[in-house]
Order: sequence, then C-alpha cells, then structure tokens
Amino acid sequence: MWTTRRAFLRGSAATASTALLPTPGLGQAKARVVVLGGGFAGASCARELQRAEPRLAVTLVEENPIYTACPFSNSVIAGLRDIAAQRFGYNALRAEGVAVVQDRASSVDQQRRLISLSSGSALGYDRLVVAPGIDIRWSALPGYDQAAAEVMPHAWKAGDQTLLLRRQLEEMADGGTVLISAPANPFRCPPGPYERASLIAYYLKTKKPRSKLIVLDAKDSFSKQRLFQAGWEQLYPGLLEWVSLSKGGKVTSVDPAIRTLVTDFASYKADVANVIPPQRAGHIAEIAGVADQTGWCPIDPVTFESRLQANIHVIGDAVIAGAMPKSAFAANAQAKVCAAAVTALLRNETPSPPKLINTCYSLVAPDYGISIAGVYHPVNGQLADVEGAGGVSPADAPPDFRALEANYAEAWFRTITAQTFG
Amino acid sequence: MRVLRGAARASGNALAVALLAAAAPAAAEPPAGASSCSGCHAASAKVDTPVPRIFGRQPAEIIAAMQAFRSGEPPSTVMGRIAKGFSEDEIRAIAVWLAAQH
Repeated sequence: MWTTRRAFLRGSAATASTALLPTPGLGQAKARVVVLGGGFAGASCARELQRAEPRLAVTLVEENPIYTACPFSNSVIAGLRDIAAQRFGYNALRAEGVAVVQDRASSVDQQRRLISLSSGSALGYDRLVVAPGIDIRWSALPGYDQAAAEVMPHAWKAGDQTLLLRRQLEEMADGGTVLISAPANPFRCPPGPYERASLIAYYLKTKKPRSKLIVLDAKDSFSKQRLFQAGWEQLYPGLLEWVSLSKGGKVTSVDPAIRTLVTDFASYKADVANVIPPQRAGHIAEIAGVADQTGWCPIDPVTFESRLQANIHVIGDAVIAGAMPKSAFAANAQAKVCAAAVTALLRNETPSPPKLINTCYSLVAPDYGISIAGVYHPVNGQLADVEGAGGVSPADAPPDFRALEANYAEAWFRTITAQTFG
Repeated sequence: MRVLRGAARASGNALAVALLAAAAPAAAEPPAGASSCSGCHAASAKVDTPVPRIFGRQPAEIIAAMQAFRSGEPPSTVMGRIAKGFSEDEIRAIAVWLAAQH
C-alpha cells in the first residue's frame, strides 16, 4: 500500500480508464480505497469494503493504535463501567486484509489523488473515504480552550477526558454542585448530555445524596426530552435541575480559574463542571477540503460522496446528514452504505438509493433504558425521515420495558463493536 | 429483486457483468435498508445478545415477522417503529438477502 509519488503516477496511468476493479488474472493493480479515521464510521467502512470486495486494496489510516468508544462512556464517568470496556484495536481488520497504517494525513491532493502522511510517506487512492469525527471549536465559547478543558473537562471524546471527569466526581465532597453545559445543535450524540446528566445524578443519588446537578442548556428542546424528564422526576427529584435557553440556560463564557459558568443572567460556581462545547467536523475534513463554512461536511445522500470534492466520500459525525443524527449507529449504517456505493462506482455501476436506520439507546439509570429510532432515505438531495416510521419509546411503559431497553442498549454496544472492531 | 435489476442495469458493461457473475451470492449489494440490520442483529454467533438472529434465516420467517411488526403486533421495543419504514417489496428483498448471509 505504500507508494512513492512516482510509483503512484505509474499506477494511475495503468488504471485510468473505465472500471477500476480489474477482472481477475489481468495483472492490473488492485483498485485502491483509503479510509482516513478509525472510529465507528471509518473502521466499519474499511472492514465492509474489504469484505464486500476482496479484490480491493483497502488502507485505513488512524493515528491511535487503540480506539476509545464514546457510547457507554457516560457509564464510565458515573463509576458504573471500566474504561477498558471502551477500548478496541484494529487487529481484526488486519486479519481480514485491511492495511492499517498508524499515521495521520497532513495533506490531500485531490487532483493527483494522493495523500501525504505525517511520517513523510505518500498514499495514492482511486477513492478516498474520510471519517473525521468531531473536533472541539476551541474558544467558540469564550474562555473554553485546551487549558480550560483540563479543569472543566468536556469528556466529549472518550479517553483521558472521560477519566478526568470521573475522578473529579469521585473527589467531590457530598453536598457539592455539578454543572453540565449543553451546546446548541448540531453536535455529536444529541441525547448524550442528558444521558450523562442522568447517570451523574444516579451516582450522586447513590454516593453523594446531598449534592446537586444543574444542566445549563443552549436549547429549549432536546432528544427524547419527555422521556428523560419523566425519568428525572421519578428518579432524581430535587437533585437534577435543567435550565433551558429561554430560562437563561445558555452559557456565554466560562472562567476556569474560579470554575464558574456565566450566562446572561447569572454566574454558576461549580465544584465539578462538565462543559460540552460547540463542535465541528474533525481536522481531517479540513485537510481533505470537504467541510463547508458551517464546519460540517455536505454529502450526496446516495453515495456519501462529498459535495465539495470528487472521489472523496465522507461518513459519520462530520457529515450534514439531514434528519439523521450524529450517532455511532448512524456512522456504522452510513459506513456500510458508503462501502457498497464505493464498490459499485469502482465497478462502473450506479449505486442504488439506500435506506438507513438509526437506533439510539440512552440510560436514565442502569436498569432504565429509553430509545429513539428512525428510518431515512434520500429526498431532494438530503437524508429525510421516512414518514410514519421511527419515534421514541412509549411514555407510559412499565419498569420491565425500561429494563429490557437497558439490556438491549448493552447488547447493542457488544454487537456494534464486534462488527466494527471484533 | 434489486439484485436482478442491478444486473440488468449493468448489462451494457461487459466488465461489470463479469464481476457480478463472479461474485458469490453473499457478496451481492445489499438491498435498501438491509445493511443497517447488523447494527443490532449480530452477524457473528460469538456475540452474546438477546436480540434475535436474522442472518441465514428463511425469508418467510423474516417477512412474517416484519409484517407483524408493521401492524403493531406483537409488542416490541424498536422494531415496530423501524418496520413501518419499509414497503412489502423492500421487506421481501431484505429477507432474501439476509437468508443468503451466513
């Protein structure tokens, strides 16, 4: 998979015409697909490409040898789960023939279809898939920079930040105040801040019951809102308070020196502050030239090809996916549709219009799960809800239904991580 | 169904026809919606899950289950909400594809 620029140019001349997937025995170079980013989207896509078409040369470029998954990281924060359960490597992909390169892209030449890597090597491609995930928009919330995140963790990329927030909660005295700042849309994992609030409330209720949790929100509504709020009333009355945008909940600046969040109406002093800041597509999107002025990536909903760059596809949290949320389930579903489209395009076929599903579970307590599901299809160049389908768990479900969904949530995590990394 | 249409569409391209012919049935392009199923329904027998196995099942079983979910019977958590997003033709195509995966 490694290639010098000269070798790449030779190779591209040999495969320049028509279908890029050679018939066996013709002695041509394999069609090359490079995937940048090894999260749920990128790893799923690389694996699916290699399975669907063994004659492809698939390379996954990811700078970290171990991926730390975000779903269920709220349970780690609440002391209910070990971070080791969130960690996954890439050996299963290697065993199936994917070339996994531990490196990062420093530039993408769209004309020559050539990626320069930080190590100094270059990688040619016939089609490129980028799965950038998200980056924090540092200082978009005044006062919230990298240094502030060491005092008031975001914990919105799983790993050290997750453990820092957990440690701060463990070190907090009973009777303390925990603050969560939730951002305006769009952001990774729309129900995530509210699952986090639920599980931190569960931790406080069981370990530090004199404490208080306040969610300061830049929105007036959020995913699964009625279900979350019904659960909070039932399980955490007097402990968890949600302050909406219209009630003055939007945090306008932060001061890490005094661990304080400021709104237009008040200053809130925290013992533990979790700032979930504004976000954009990960830096790989910028390098590949696939992010627009919103910071996110417009795509064709049939092929997930970038609207800005030919032969480059974008999947996962970084894309503008219409009605489809930024979730690991959605990233995995998009990855599989994208892999089929890329394979079809390399065969000179026209990809069929897809349908995609999303299912997201959230825990209100360890034995209290709720879900949202949706079915999506391309309409007028964007992914739209299939009308009549989808929706959230019933409002009046009995405890055994909530327990079943909590059980399904864990099963979902085992299933999707096995499919992606296992 | 879609597989057949796909083959017909590609018939103008000798190379594509050769590739399709060479592909095993399990490698056929998934029909609309089918590739999302494995997000919850494990394709690997090694995964510990209470969620029913659907890969390699008889198409009639999948079709009957999806039609029941669409009508709201039997009780379900998410499948009732998801099944309503698919037509009878789409369900049939998904069922045939799932049966060929194992």
